[in-house]
Amino acid sequence: MFLGYINPYLYIAFVFLYPLKENRIPFLFYSFLLGVSVDFFSDSGGIHAFSIIVIAYVRLFFVRLYFRKVVADYPFFNLKSEAFGKVFNYVTTLTIIHHLIYFSFINFSFQNISVVLLNTLYSSIFTLILFFLGTYIFTKK
Amino acid sequence: MQQIIYFFQKFKYFLFFLLLGFIALTFTFNNLNYHKSKFVNSANFVTGGLYSQASSISEYWNLKSENKILAEENTRLKNLLEKKSFAVIDSDSTVTDSIKYHQKYTYTTAKVIKNSYSKNFNFLTINKGQNDGVFKEMAVVNSKGVIGITDSPSNGYSTVQSILNRNSKINARLKNSNYFGSLGWDGIHYNIVQLSDIPRQAPLKIGDTIETGGMSTIFPEGILIGVVSKINKGNTADNKVDVTLFNDMSNLGYVYVIKNLDKVEIKSLEALQDE
Repeated sequence: MFLGYINPYLYIAFVFLYPLKENRIPFLFYSFLLGVSVDFFSDSGGIHAFSIIVIAYVRLFFVRLYFRKVVADYPFFNLKSEAFGKVFNYVTTLTIIHHLIYFSFINFSFQNISVVLLNTLYSSIFTLILFFLGTYIFTKK
Repeated sequence: MQQIIYFFQKFKYFLFFLLLGFIALTFTFNNLNYHKSKFVNSANFVTGGLYSQASSISEYWNLKSENKILAEENTRLKNLLEKKSFAVIDSDSTVTDSIKYHQKYTYTTAKVIKNSYSKNFNFLTINKGQNDGVFKEMAVVNSKGVIGITDSPSNGYSTVQSILNRNSKINARLKNSNYFGSLGWDGIHYNIVQLSDIPRQAPLKIGDTIETGGMSTIFPEGILIGVVSKINKGNTADNKVDVTLFNDMSNLGYVYVIKNLDKVEIKSLEALQDE
């Protein structure tokens, strides 16, 4: 789409919005299933699956880093009730990690590293715009 | 023993992550390197069916341009026929000698039901498969030129490795000469491919037409590819030139799948040579 530079991948919103639980096995597994089903349709082997489980795995680390939550807070954690700045940092970091892994694997060599970085930058911006527009539209007032 | 159980308890999430990551990477490498991906691709029953439904709806938007392409192709073929009939009259015979006549290629029509051109390793999906006689490594072209090579056919669908794929290598030559090189893609622009290893003494100019050479058992000779758009003046080892494609790879409808009937014979002959 758009000269091949901008490919927003909104499906990673699943990772941001899935509730925090102590047992993370089902969450990792569902993320993997989601990634594989995207791969089925885009002929990309297992690249989507790999990049989504990476961010699904590191999500907890960033939740602890940005929101300072402990295990007892998990059931009450909700993105909508958090400050926008924190949510923005959290979502942006995960999106950029996902897109960087995804485009590096798609490119699969160090030849066109500038194309990878440009793709990551532009696509991340558009994924973020779509994600925040989506949350804004579907939030109950 | 307790140590091991404790270890698994402590690192179970990380181990599960490693397991899933390993599975995903296996899919990835199978798909990238060997094209052996049997079930995670868009040619299987479920995804192929969905894509063909979607494309049967969206094809109405392209009917006009599709008609125009067909009319242009008809004109070109009629002109070719016209030339042919003169040749027949010249030789004073209209009899086709069935012993001397030898058909080398068969053509099958297919429709592109899924197209991709913005990645580094692009694959298309067409709506013909093994049931229609489409097998691995057959040429896919349309009236404007080369599109790709069939990759993994299922019963009703097959994936096509597009020429816009960094693994693709096609034998190509200058039109009306026998200087040949190999055609690949660097993954940047979807309408510019690279012709490399063309001899330095070849009289190459900007605007020259590039077509397929007769050296491969996949493509017939003389199928159009594109025109030379940039010549590298430097002294590089592979002497790369940029070729702008005739085909708009982002807008593909109906295509032809070409089967080479002599492929087995040629391959077995070449295998004999290698021993």
